[in-house]
Amino acid sequence: MASIWRYILAGLGLAALLVGIVAAVYLTLPQPAPGPDLSRSKKTANGLFVASFEPERGVVRQGELQSWLLTLKTAAGAPVEGAAITVSGGMPQHDHGLPTSPQATDYLGQGRYRIDGVKFTMSGWWQMRFAVSAAAGSDSVVFNIVL
Amino acid sequence: MRRLISVASLLALAALALLGGFGEPQFSDAEKKTIASLALNTLPSLKPDTTNQYADVPAAAALGSTLFFDGGMSRDGTVSCSTCHKIDRQFQDDLPQAVGVGHTNRRTMPLAGVARNPWFFWDGRRDSLWAQALTPLENPLEQAGNRAAFAHYIKKRFGERYERIFGPLPDLSSVPANASPLGSDAEKAAWNAMPTGQQDDVNRVFANIGKAIAAFERSIEPEQTRFDRFAIDLATGAKPEGNAAFSPEEILGLKLFIGKANCVTCHNGPRFTDNSFHNTGVPPFDGLPPDRGRVDAVTQVEADPFNCIGKFRDGDESACRELRFMVKDGPQIMRAYKTPSLRGAAYRPPYMHAGQFSTLDEVVAHYSKAPPSVEGVSEVHPLDLSERERAALVAFLKTLSD
Repeated sequence: MASIWRYILAGLGLAALLVGIVAAVYLTLPQPAPGPDLSRSKKTANGLFVASFEPERGVVRQGELQSWLLTLKTAAGAPVEGAAITVSGGMPQHDHGLPTSPQATDYLGQGRYRIDGVKFTMSGWWQMRFAVSAAAGSDSVVFNIVL
Repeated sequence: MRRLISVASLLALAALALLGGFGEPQFSDAEKKTIASLALNTLPSLKPDTTNQYADVPAAAALGSTLFFDGGMSRDGTVSCSTCHKIDRQFQDDLPQAVGVGHTNRRTMPLAGVARNPWFFWDGRRDSLWAQALTPLENPLEQAGNRAAFAHYIKKRFGERYERIFGPLPDLSSVPANASPLGSDAEKAAWNAMPTGQQDDVNRVFANIGKAIAAFERSIEPEQTRFDRFAIDLATGAKPEGNAAFSPEEILGLKLFIGKANCVTCHNGPRFTDNSFHNTGVPPFDGLPPDRGRVDAVTQVEADPFNCIGKFRDGDESACRELRFMVKDGPQIMRAYKTPSLRGAAYRPPYMHAGQFSTLDEVVAHYSKAPPSVEGVSEVHPLDLSERERAALVAFLKTLSD
């Protein structure tokens, strides 16, 4: 009887060793490359503005035409009014542009601009680029969106 | 104490066996999420079409159904919508290119779920189902009629039914028997000689014909398939029974579809389409006129008097955002065609916008090889799938038809 227990214990010991090896291998596997910067608020390329980009209704829904809000502030935090905004973008990994032509359609006050006609037709990494011209000058910003 | 350690070790061993051996899950959580997003039970209910106030009026759908199957809705009295959209063939015709009064240059599209499209035809040259329905009526290769003749025909054959839905018909007594801005030279001349108010009257009757046909077509929806039963069981953790169970080959095909083969990039959602336009390097069909796809459709839909911005739309302009924000130029719309739904595809060869491929094997081989486009740039890249992988993809596609 005792010898059977000894065999089982030996087996368990071996199993535990195996678990340890598997765990060690798992933990030392190369980590996946870090994805693109997904922040929804950032400085524009030359630091003229701080831009934030959020879906107007809070959620991103694949395949639906949605409106988003682009909020523009100066580096000092003052809302940017009367900005001319052009929108472009696409999927860097698929070499194609946006499936729609989003536009800045309304100014909502406090530096907030409605960007309507945004549609993400597939899952993956999308980029939205905004070229902004205002009294303070012209600058641009790129937001990454991963669905 | 020793016994405690033994019990704990036994439990650990059991857990290890579950993780590493016979209990291995077939799909990762990410794969399960993607599979669930393709199942028919995630299809939302059909949204109202505010541009067509008759879209959900039963009498309009009934009249639309009559018109859909009526050969009288053509120049020679023999071609109806149903000539190419055959009710017993998924509302398509099995031909590489549709044949109406003449031979067209595009494949007939099936109609399941058509009311959910933002764009119509392979190139999206119309922006509503009712505006789409009008186009073949006057295409000389399809029904080859003209809108003045259709207005007279409606008054003569269906006047009472029409008026119960749409209100009084206009006075057509001085409208020429044949007239249209798109017809023969004589028809164009007759149309141009009509006062504007009379043209509007005829256009209004013509638009209502499209709205009735669209009301009928809204009832044509995709049906549940083996894939959907499999997906629901996978999501709920139930063991798929009967034909809801997938063979190892079908499972491999599904994994490739949502993984390495990238099919799901465009064929996504419960209809297996992103409703967008892509150049995938599909070759031209020998002997047909040049076809540049979406790039030429943009000007057509903008010029269409029955488009969403036009005066025959019901409701307000907020319904027109697809048209308002459409991509009008750029290399990506050259030879771009709409992503077709894959539901039922296995039973309706040939494939692509002009029936270029006669089998699913040829379709999958095309995407595996990904040849460059004759014009514009193909978005797809070579996959170099093995013969086994290609066969598995075809096996999976068949589960969307059974």
